[in-house]
Amino acid sequence: MSDVSLPARSAGASAVVKATFEAIFPVVVVVAVIVGLWYAACVPMNIKASLTQAEREGAVIVPPEAKVRRDMSPIGLALANPEHTGTTFSQERPLLPAPHQVARELWNTTGDMVLQGKGFSKRSLLYHAWITLSATLLGFAIGTVAGILLAVGIVHSRVMNMSVMPWAIASQTIPILAIAPMIIVVLNSIGITGLLPKALISAYLSFFPVVVGMVKGLRSPDAMQLDLLRTYYASKSETFWKLRLPSSMPYFFTSMKIAMAASLVGAIVGELPTGAVRGLGARLLAGSYYGQTVQIWAALFAAAILAAALVGIIGILQRRTLKKLGMAH
Amino acid sequence: MNWLIGCAAFLLGASYVNVQMANGEGRDQAITRFLVPTLFGISLLMLWEGVVRGLDVPGVILPAPSTIWETFKASTGILWQDFVQTFVKGALSGYLMGALAAFAVALLVDRSDFLRRGILPVGNFMAALPIIGIAPILVMWFGFDWQSKAAVVVVMVFFPILVNTVEGLRATDRMQRDLMHTYAASYWQSLFKLRLPAAMPFVFNGLKVATTLALIGAIVAEFFGSPIRGMGFRISTEVGRLALDMVWAEILVAAIAGSAFYGIVAMLESIVTFWHPSQRRRR
Repeated sequence: MSDVSLPARSAGASAVVKATFEAIFPVVVVVAVIVGLWYAACVPMNIKASLTQAEREGAVIVPPEAKVRRDMSPIGLALANPEHTGTTFSQERPLLPAPHQVARELWNTTGDMVLQGKGFSKRSLLYHAWITLSATLLGFAIGTVAGILLAVGIVHSRVMNMSVMPWAIASQTIPILAIAPMIIVVLNSIGITGLLPKALISAYLSFFPVVVGMVKGLRSPDAMQLDLLRTYYASKSETFWKLRLPSSMPYFFTSMKIAMAASLVGAIVGELPTGAVRGLGARLLAGSYYGQTVQIWAALFAAAILAAALVGIIGILQRRTLKKLGMAH
Repeated sequence: MNWLIGCAAFLLGASYVNVQMANGEGRDQAITRFLVPTLFGISLLMLWEGVVRGLDVPGVILPAPSTIWETFKASTGILWQDFVQTFVKGALSGYLMGALAAFAVALLVDRSDFLRRGILPVGNFMAALPIIGIAPILVMWFGFDWQSKAAVVVVMVFFPILVNTVEGLRATDRMQRDLMHTYAASYWQSLFKLRLPAAMPFVFNGLKVATTLALIGAIVAEFFGSPIRGMGFRISTEVGRLALDMVWAEILVAAIAGSAFYGIVAMLESIVTFWHPSQRRRR
């Protein structure tokens, strides 16, 4: 390193900072606008319940008759009673909870419970998230391994390619998730309960994206590269390990991201038919049974955070692997 | 036992024929490409039938394909009613509304570079989330009937179509846009003559992904509450009664509806984007 390269490097660093800022700033603005709209939407969504509550407590509401109010538009009601709009953000069971209510519920059921030393009690969202996460990961692992094996078979055998591949593609147009309740109940009736039935649904959902993506990836080397290996007199397995597998990696990671998202959806839906017992899906169902909207939203955000984290981890792995293979841009 | 031997023999025979066809002379002909997967599908069905009959698998665990087909034929009335409730009213109306909304938002977003850089990452992020979880909330807001299912479908199909359309509107290259500029084309002229046609392959990509999402959304939303008809309602109640043949018949309907829906959108795509290389190659 000489002193000539130093200014260039620092200029590069400031360019990186500028590029990062230009990438992040619009996203921050969009997210802020969404949160603002959310708060604004809370007023018309919750105003009627707020006014009813206020009337019970003896306050004077502008159209005093409940009958008249029923036919008024929510926005008109909010404009007529501006002093009662504040309570729309702090109801017990609002139609639309405000962002800070959801955030508080998320904190109360995760971080706060950890601080109290009961991070894994049944009321903790961490416990439910872990139940869902374990099924997701197990199913994802099964589905991905099976998908890779089938893809290898399809690439190397013309019969498998011609007979299985059309079905693998067609099966993606079918709402596979519809059979989730049946798998759960049937496996329950033959004595398999707990993690495995949910994991099987996840595996089934993550299987097909991996098959289709890996077949594409293993076929991505062009004729020139395959010919080169033939001139080296490479065997089929050498071609696979040294050319096909490395060049399939970009496709592999892309389909893994899809598979992971599908796997999480599968685990959540798999928790619905067993009744509201354990897991994020169960929290959603229990919340909808008992009208606990804040709980539903908290579970929803927990699921979203989980999905983002899982897909993000795959993204990091992707960048590292592709960099090592020399494929990163 | 005879059933087991019979289906094993059929499986072997069909595999042998498939291997011969796939490695034989006419392996690239259209008829072979159709026959091989069809024969494979039939032999899988035979395996299913043979195993269920040969091992006397009880109907509450896995009904045979023939039983499912009998149930399907016997209950077309109920199945049709469920199909209309879930697919036509829930999925299809939600799909149309969601697609139109996403398309309109994409056109708006496309006009500003700032908006596009803000909304694309958010849209991509949303498309990867388990949006189906929003179903209980929307069922609470819009009631048990098809309106809440349509709302779930709108939210589910919105982001994939939005992201793909925004990407597609950027698909023209500099040279093409400059050409339109030299023609003194207005924004709308270059939108309709150049950029929308160029975006169509991307738009249809999103539309195709959304077909499956629409059906999934409509069916799963019914698990959270529905009137006493609909495919999701039927599946969850018949599972509870262990009437699995009816569940499978309903799944058959979902499979037919899903692939037909996808097929129709793919057909529209080949009509609209006939100029695209991926469509031309097939001729």
